[in-house]
Amino acid sequence: MALRSMIKAFLAVMFVSSAVFASEHESSHGHEEKAFNVNEMIMHHISDAHEWHLWGDSHNGTTIYLPIILIDGGLKMFSASHLYHGKSVTALDDDGKEYHYNVGEGVAEGYALFHETIYKLEHGELHFEGGHPHNAAPLDFSITRNVASLFITFFLMILIMFSVARFYKKNGAVAPKGIAKFIEPLIIFVRDDIAKANIGETKYKKYVHYLLTIFFFIWVSNLTGLIPLLGSNLTGNISVTLFLATATLLVTVFSGNKNYWKHIFATPGVPVALLPIMIPIEVVGILTKPFALMVRLFANITAGHIIILALISIIFINQSAGWGFLSVPMALFISVLELLVAFLQAYLFAMLSALFIGAAVEEAHH
Amino acid sequence: MELVTPDLGLLFWTGIVFCILLFLLVKFAWKPILSAVNAREEKISSALELAEKTKEEMKTLQAANENLLKEARSERDSMIKDAKEVASKMVEDAKGTAKVEASKLVAAARESINAEKGAAIAELKTHMATFSIEIAEKVVRGELSSAEKQKALADKLVDDINLN
Repeated sequence: MALRSMIKAFLAVMFVSSAVFASEHESSHGHEEKAFNVNEMIMHHISDAHEWHLWGDSHNGTTIYLPIILIDGGLKMFSASHLYHGKSVTALDDDGKEYHYNVGEGVAEGYALFHETIYKLEHGELHFEGGHPHNAAPLDFSITRNVASLFITFFLMILIMFSVARFYKKNGAVAPKGIAKFIEPLIIFVRDDIAKANIGETKYKKYVHYLLTIFFFIWVSNLTGLIPLLGSNLTGNISVTLFLATATLLVTVFSGNKNYWKHIFATPGVPVALLPIMIPIEVVGILTKPFALMVRLFANITAGHIIILALISIIFINQSAGWGFLSVPMALFISVLELLVAFLQAYLFAMLSALFIGAAVEEAHH
Repeated sequence: MELVTPDLGLLFWTGIVFCILLFLLVKFAWKPILSAVNAREEKISSALELAEKTKEEMKTLQAANENLLKEARSERDSMIKDAKEVASKMVEDAKGTAKVEASKLVAAARESINAEKGAAIAELKTHMATFSIEIAEKVVRGELSSAEKQKALADKLVDDINLN
């Protein structure tokens, strides 16, 4: 009963305050602001960018412009501010749909930025057809927000793991203290429950380093991705998960023994007549496993970011801070859940990688 | 679509960063950490083994001690028993000899007493005879001191003889 009355009171406060905030909003701002587009906002936040937007609106907020590196008849490097601060152009395609893009200035002359992709200008403009510019795009090796957060993950891991290693170097084989006390159980967890359990007592040694790196890389990236301002949707980016899955694929394929390939190209117990069907299936199977790894990590992390952003968006959709009483607790709950997901996905990725490797190095026992 | 289209630049950077990270961590973190952890685990397991072994040893040692104690105890018991036996035997022997000696002594004493008694009796007899003779002499003297008395005596003696 107490709980029900609390909920009632909570809802009452929420609606009253939403009404108050809503009226305030209308009186102060009127209709000059353009409608809040949830889809655009969320896509903007989970996609990569050439700037590190910290706060404020997109025109005069606080932003770190990241370096742009292009390979387009030679290496070209300049700050992204030349693109973001360039002239904003509105173009129309054949269907009469409007597109907004920025034309580069100064060193960025000849390039344009549309939806965080850099295109080469043709006759000083972009030509749109079917929703996409038809202009050529130079090879873009820019330090984007995701690359920058990749570097952050890199330095964090080096910092943490080196200090753990330093502890053991200094103190020898003693009980861990400080950060080593926190990290060691995880290392032992990866070694025993992931590597040893799936690959085997003797063969795991060759792969435990890879599994440790991939586990901590994903975990640290997932966690930094959850930190506001510092975070970026790194492990929720398909390029990153594509690389990680490819790494697991390569490790699996290159450590496959005779028994593994025999199971693929001459599956024991399968009639020879069926092999023409079985072999393609098995070969596709080699690829689908890491593909599932790639999609699982990408989808889980991106989904987490989307849910939190969508919950926060409730406030902006209703244009009332009162909705914060609803959306903030929910976003907080999902954030805490994401802490679990961050670990779980790192564990799953490492565990499944170990499982695939374990299957590839397994000896025949028939 | 943009969301699921891999980006070459990010792919490239991820590859580079991940490979460098893998190299550095394997060389400077995972290897030293794992070797230290393994060394410690071995140390702990060997220490545990040693403890177990020591425990076993202690057990056997304790058993040996117990045995030793038992043996010592039984030895002591038998020694005490022997000593007791010897002592009682000695006492018995002593008692026996003492009895014999005593009886001998008693016999000798009895003999000498008898001899002394005999001598004393013999002496007494001689003394008594002397005394009797003296008394008789004195009596006779008294009886024969006067004529009447001599006559009376002679009468009496005659009477006695007559009577006989």
